[in-house]
Amino acid sequence: MSILVYIEKDQGRIKNSSLEAVSYAAALGEITGDKVQVVSLGEAVEGEAELLGKAGAAGVIQVTDDRLAAGVIQAHAEVVAQVFDKVKAKTLVLAKSSLGDAVAARLAVRLEAGMATNVVGLPDLTDGFVVRRSIFTGKAFVDTGIHTENKILAIKKNIQPVKTDGSAAPVENVTIDLPGETFSAKITGTEKATGEVLLPEADIVVSGGRGLNGPENWGLIEDLADALGAAKGCSKPVSDSGWRPHHEHVGQTGVKVAPSLYLAVAISGAIQHLAGVNASRYMVVINKDPEAPFFKVADYGIVGDAFEVVPKLTEAINALK
Amino acid sequence: MKILVCITHVPDTTSKIKFTDNNTQFDKTGVQFIIGPYDDYALARAVELKEQSGGSITVLNVGESDTEPTLRKALAIGADEAIRINAFPKDAAFVASEIARFAKEEAFDLILMGRESIDYNGGMVHGMVGELLGIPSVSPVMKLDIEGNTATISREIEGGKEFISVDLPFVAGCQEPIAEWKIPNMRGIMSARSKPLKAIDSETPGSKTETKKYELPPAKGAVKLVDTVEELVDLLKNDAKIL
Ligand SMILES: Cc1cc2nc3c(=O)[nH]c(=O)nc-3n(C[C@H](O)[C@H](O)[C@H](O)COP(=O)(O)OP(=O)(O)OC[C@H]3O[C@@H](n4cnc5c(N)ncnc54)[C@H](O)[C@@H]3O)c2cc1C
Ligand SMILES: Nc1ncnc2c1ncn2[C@@H]1O[C@H](COP(=O)(O)O)[C@@H](O)[C@H]1O
Repeated sequence: MSILVYIEKDQGRIKNSSLEAVSYAAALGEITGDKVQVVSLGEAVEGEAELLGKAGAAGVIQVTDDRLAAGVIQAHAEVVAQVFDKVKAKTLVLAKSSLGDAVAARLAVRLEAGMATNVVGLPDLTDGFVVRRSIFTGKAFVDTGIHTENKILAIKKNIQPVKTDGSAAPVENVTIDLPGETFSAKITGTEKATGEVLLPEADIVVSGGRGLNGPENWGLIEDLADALGAAKGCSKPVSDSGWRPHHEHVGQTGVKVAPSLYLAVAISGAIQHLAGVNASRYMVVINKDPEAPFFKVADYGIVGDAFEVVPKLTEAINALK
Repeated sequence: MKILVCITHVPDTTSKIKFTDNNTQFDKTGVQFIIGPYDDYALARAVELKEQSGGSITVLNVGESDTEPTLRKALAIGADEAIRINAFPKDAAFVASEIARFAKEEAFDLILMGRESIDYNGGMVHGMVGELLGIPSVSPVMKLDIEGNTATISREIEGGKEFISVDLPFVAGCQEPIAEWKIPNMRGIMSARSKPLKAIDSETPGSKTETKKYELPPAKGAVKLVDTVEELVDLLKNDAKIL
């Protein structure tokens, strides 16, 4: 039997969250004795077989069809369902994302699979198959038992380190007949920042809040983010006011992040904002108000004016290089 | 246009989450329940679409009788009728199966949901319903316009957005800024009292998953406050070992 992993690519690279999913599957395979197969859609990226092999894949099923380069939800679900049967998989593992969620939901029906999302650890197999998931936007966990033979696990970011000790995985090229109706929702275009660290993928996130007063002051956040190689985020009022694009808005109703380091500048720390960042490993807060609620959950903090502190911090970080 | 909007009945976003019965039940005491924030966006867009081109809005919740005030609120916001499928929502697949069964008989032109529920955060039900009904599903949707039989959608992707053209019927998981939340006015609240709210029986036999136990995350230690950026960099380097 095998464990199948669905991976995603971005700007010619395999997403780090997908590599985490491969390593998660490899760790699961060590317990169950199953081999990890990866289904790779669209064109292969450079060094793909090697990268996936290092992360723990025993084989790659490459489905090269130009139409699959874009994330057409139904078509991706169709391909993965067929490959799942072909490799005799019982478990599908993937990273939670806007595309992954949409594809996994359709597959759960197709494969009659029990589904767990926001998975935060390896399953406990002592009494059935029980996985821990994050719920209530990070405010709690639940242990969920899955009864079905086929299972789908969508894992949360940053819960599994990426392995680098595997050997290159053999690639099998497969052609899949895709019925026309799987393309009935047509992607007519995309609009995307290029060359930027994707917020949900980032290892460090620098976020700015309403306390920065306006978009003209965002250079502060950009410089610090550049110094740290970080992605940029913001609070909801900031994107609501159009100071920053919506896809940078972090929180309960925005992007949920789980970086190693979350640095919040001039953000008060409202519960809805915290809901999107509470999975971060370390949180640093810079705020001029010592009573700001964010300090209650932060690891490190500076009480001070962002306009003075942030440029100094950027300078100190640049000086490290 | 006949629109179905599926709503959740969830703890207010500021709620403190607690459990009882040896961590096997969610503790509802003192919790204020609301329409899921994303579902509220879906409903608001449905009301706008109806204002533009007529039709009807059915709101649906799979839940026990305590969710009825939340359905009434949706009627006050502008839905025409409410359906409660009487069952504890065991998991996403269970809910999807109930919604699909209902939707199959009614032939809706459009099914709107929230991008995700804020209790279980799965983001799964819309895709499952799409697959069960054999129609497209698109999520998370930030913009949705309908012209004749075709919808133009902008879907959020990591770092940007994607534009999609799709024919009705389909399922969409909605999020802001698709519409502004609508607050019920007095007339809406009055008329909601006489709008139909029907409870129907559930038919899905079991579920594929089971909740074993809940747990709260460990409490955070106290923040380390420092005065200078040098001290902060030192902590990041030597304490957190991140830099
Ligand atoms: C249903 C619902 C969902 C929501 N979802 C989200 C969400 O997903 N994400 C989100 O962020 N919010 C969300 N909110 C909004 C949330 O409640 C807060 O209103 C919001 O997070 C506040 O943003 P802020 O901290 O940037 O602004 P403010 O609360 O105005 O805080 C600004 C902070 O900046 C500090 N400050 C000001 N000047 C300086 C300076 N010069 N130097 C340093 N510090 C300074 C102030 O002390 C203050 O703490 C939601 C609200 C609701 C009701
Ligand atoms: N019990 C329920 N009743 C009606 N609709 C629901 C229910 N649970 C989820 N939904 C809908 O499905 C969406 C996605 O939910 P989820 O997959 O749980 O994140 C929600 O935003 C709702 O629109």
